Amino acid sequence: MPQVIELVVDGKRARVEAEPSTPLLYVLRNDVGALAPRFGCGLAQCGACTVHLDGVAIRSCATPVSAAANAKVTTLAGLAPAPGTLHAVQQAFIDEQAAQCGYCINGWIMTAAALLESNPRATDDEIRRGLSGLKCRCGTHMSILRAVKLAAKRMAAGSRT
Amino acid sequence: MSAFDDFVTTQRGTSRRDFLKAGGALVVSFAAPGCAVTEAAREPVLPVAGSVWPSKIDPNLLDSWLRIAADGSVTASVGKIEAGMGIGTAFTQVVAEELDVPIERVTLVMGDTATTVDQRGTGSSNGIMDGASALKRAAAEGRAALLALASQRLGVAAAELRVRDGVVYVAANESKRVSYAELIGGRMFDVKVSEKPAAKDPAQYTVVGKPVPRLDIPPKVEGAYRYVSDLKVPGMLHARVIRPPEAQAQVVSVDEGAKLPGLVRVVRRGNFVAVVCEREEQAVEAARKLSVEWSRPAPAFWPGYDELYAALRSAKPKATKEEGMKGDVDASIRMAARVVEARYEYPFQSHSSMGPACAVADVRDGGAVVWFGGQKPYPTRKGLADLLKLPDEKVRVVWMPGPGSYGMNDADDCAADAAVIAQAVGRPVRVQYMRADATAWDPKGPPVAFRMRAGVSSDDRVFAWDYEARGFSGRTRNNSTDVGGDTLAGQFIGGFKPKITDQPQFPSESYGFPNARKVSHTIDWSRSMPTGLRTAHLRDPDGMATCFASESFADELAFATKMDPVEFRLRYLTDPRDIAVVKAAAKEAGWETRVGPRARGGRIAKGRGIAYAPRNRSVVAVVAEVEVDTQTGEYRVTRFTCAHDCGFVVNPSNLRGTIEANLIQGLSRARHEAVRFDERRVLSNDWLSYPILDMMEVPDAIDIVILGNKPGTRSLGAGEPSTRPVAAAVANALFDATGVRLRRCPLTPEALRKGLAA
Repeated sequence: MPQVIELVVDGKRARVEAEPSTPLLYVLRNDVGALAPRFGCGLAQCGACTVHLDGVAIRSCATPVSAAANAKVTTLAGLAPAPGTLHAVQQAFIDEQAAQCGYCINGWIMTAAALLESNPRATDDEIRRGLSGLKCRCGTHMSILRAVKLAAKRMAAGSRT
Repeated sequence: MSAFDDFVTTQRGTSRRDFLKAGGALVVSFAAPGCAVTEAAREPVLPVAGSVWPSKIDPNLLDSWLRIAADGSVTASVGKIEAGMGIGTAFTQVVAEELDVPIERVTLVMGDTATTVDQRGTGSSNGIMDGASALKRAAAEGRAALLALASQRLGVAAAELRVRDGVVYVAANESKRVSYAELIGGRMFDVKVSEKPAAKDPAQYTVVGKPVPRLDIPPKVEGAYRYVSDLKVPGMLHARVIRPPEAQAQVVSVDEGAKLPGLVRVVRRGNFVAVVCEREEQAVEAARKLSVEWSRPAPAFWPGYDELYAALRSAKPKATKEEGMKGDVDASIRMAARVVEARYEYPFQSHSSMGPACAVADVRDGGAVVWFGGQKPYPTRKGLADLLKLPDEKVRVVWMPGPGSYGMNDADDCAADAAVIAQAVGRPVRVQYMRADATAWDPKGPPVAFRMRAGVSSDDRVFAWDYEARGFSGRTRNNSTDVGGDTLAGQFIGGFKPKITDQPQFPSESYGFPNARKVSHTIDWSRSMPTGLRTAHLRDPDGMATCFASESFADELAFATKMDPVEFRLRYLTDPRDIAVVKAAAKEAGWETRVGPRARGGRIAKGRGIAYAPRNRSVVAVVAEVEVDTQTGEYRVTRFTCAHDCGFVVNPSNLRGTIEANLIQGLSRARHEAVRFDERRVLSNDWLSYPILDMMEVPDAIDIVILGNKPGTRSLGAGEPSTRPVAAAVANALFDATGVRLRRCPLTPEALRKGLAA
């Protein structure tokens, strides 16, 4: 039976009515209007649907909406520390021109941001390992790697934007 | 501000539309191409099915390409689409340059059959070649028209006028000035585009040829870029398709009266089955749960690749083509002191776009609007009109960004499915494919089996080259959707004929062997049309396969004739631009000259290999460096060096990104990719069963040398060429490292381990 579920998405409250088992991704996209997480596989294999749930990067296509009730959901559109600013990882992706079609970019930025928040001094090898498993079909890995390393350098120096 | 402007500015990130409170829920509001927006309501008004649109936008009229609004902002229209490689930024640069307006003042309309000139769409790396040249002509004509108007207004000859930031002024007296907005803002030009309007001297370029940051990247990293999968149309339903469980299976029965949560309708036409629901997750569930009984057909495929390649080698060809015939190859081979022969094989590969295709269709009142993410909206309009039995002019196809498509991915099939379903239910319908629909059911890059032979003289000179390819045509599923039978929907509904084309498979090298023969046999594969193994063009159609054969064989001949691989190429290549890229790549890579594999010592072996390829008029050489664990066969490409000549470069920083991504995608295909199948079905249906390159495997460095980049020379295609030599370069590097020659793609560690053990 559909239930009313309260969510907090990018700092805004939303009440949605859905089956508790509905993948969080569909609720975010179709009920909340949060379009930055994307459907890539529905199988938690690619990362295009990544959001932060209380600061932890999760695959929203394989997470039931009930798991997000009363938790803080952050999407790429709400990642920046303040309106009009960008997260350090976002800025680095612009600086390194790290995207082609951009469909996967949500997964890389959200995963890298969570990784660097927990380990701002991540080594190159830790960065590669932390991003392993994410998919990019266009093949923009080189620029993504450069961008995340750049963000790591800036964040290690204390910058969040 | 028009809706389109709003959409474009949204895409460019300059005026993001944020969440709006509406009806108690947060909804996002954005305008799609072709919309008109009522500013008060801030609700997009979408084009409506049943309207009449121009059946053709006249390419000879300047107004078809260029519009200057009352505020002086410029809108340029083009019949190409942005497939994610940054072409929109390049187009914007070209228009800004010719018109002398700031790049921020230019917005771009792409690929809407009702508002942009039919340039077919994007493909064959022709975006820059065709799209940019058309826009350049239009913008140059526009500038001339504006200068003529300014000349009248200011009473000064046009030659005395200059333009800066969209303002025309008198060179000798800058206070005498008039803006584009004042001259024509909001009005039509009403002039024709001449054949060769006077364009700017390329030596004066300040925007074109410069590394302008891509306009689409900020909105992409902010999560504000909008794809077709983000489009919401009022009253829209969600649908999912149900594909046959086995190739050629027919529907026996469908539970059309099923009671499932949210189910609005089961759509069934022949073997076409879809479910339509109120909510998306309901459609996903209904497609899983709906009871459909299918026939058990005879096996349509083969147990595996050994049997497939054997079938290609023994089949009677449907068509045979010859190319580059020189001298007498048979006699030369008979006379040769030695004959070198090798067989190569290249598999089915999937586009496997990052997102499964999505399309939204509204079909009613005798017309249709379809939003999709495919590359060729204009032919697709014809194919959909055929499928829907509507006149072309009643069908409007609107391109919106999709995930990168790399050829004929699943986008056109999805558009057809959405259209057929929307026609059946009489309401707008959104279809997004599931992962399996994208990986197991997209049209595949075709498999090819090659036989190469060469005649070598007693003094180690190659004097005969014999190339034979046997493969399925990469246009079995045609390279555009001109008829309903080209789509899966048409195939499953039945009664629609596909437009099957035979596409021969030739390499494009310029080796000057005195006797040469290239033969391409196309094997009939028409029965694949309703299956997941139908073949179509995938990035650089047949290029990776044919180059894998010819450039691996060139390497084998270098070894057989006791030459270094670079030395061999420089000796036999004839085209100066080909020679230049080979030299440049070798130099930049720090190529170590030697004959035969590197001497091995220790468990880790290192090697380097080169391959080169022309593509149309662009040409590329790639050096791959590898590290191999000789016990396990595991290997990694540690560095690529690419020398690249695509003529005049519109945007150097974006060219770099394009080349890097092509090399990485090429490496993924060379190292990992082969669509798995058994006798009855495609077994690759997700990222586990169709793995692609992982971040752990990407090289440490990619070094790029650009050649031929001279202002005033023609800009050539860069979207595909650097993909072409990757498999051969890696195979050649693995041979250098280990002495093992891999002749079948993908180049797996298992195959390498077997070779090392042999």
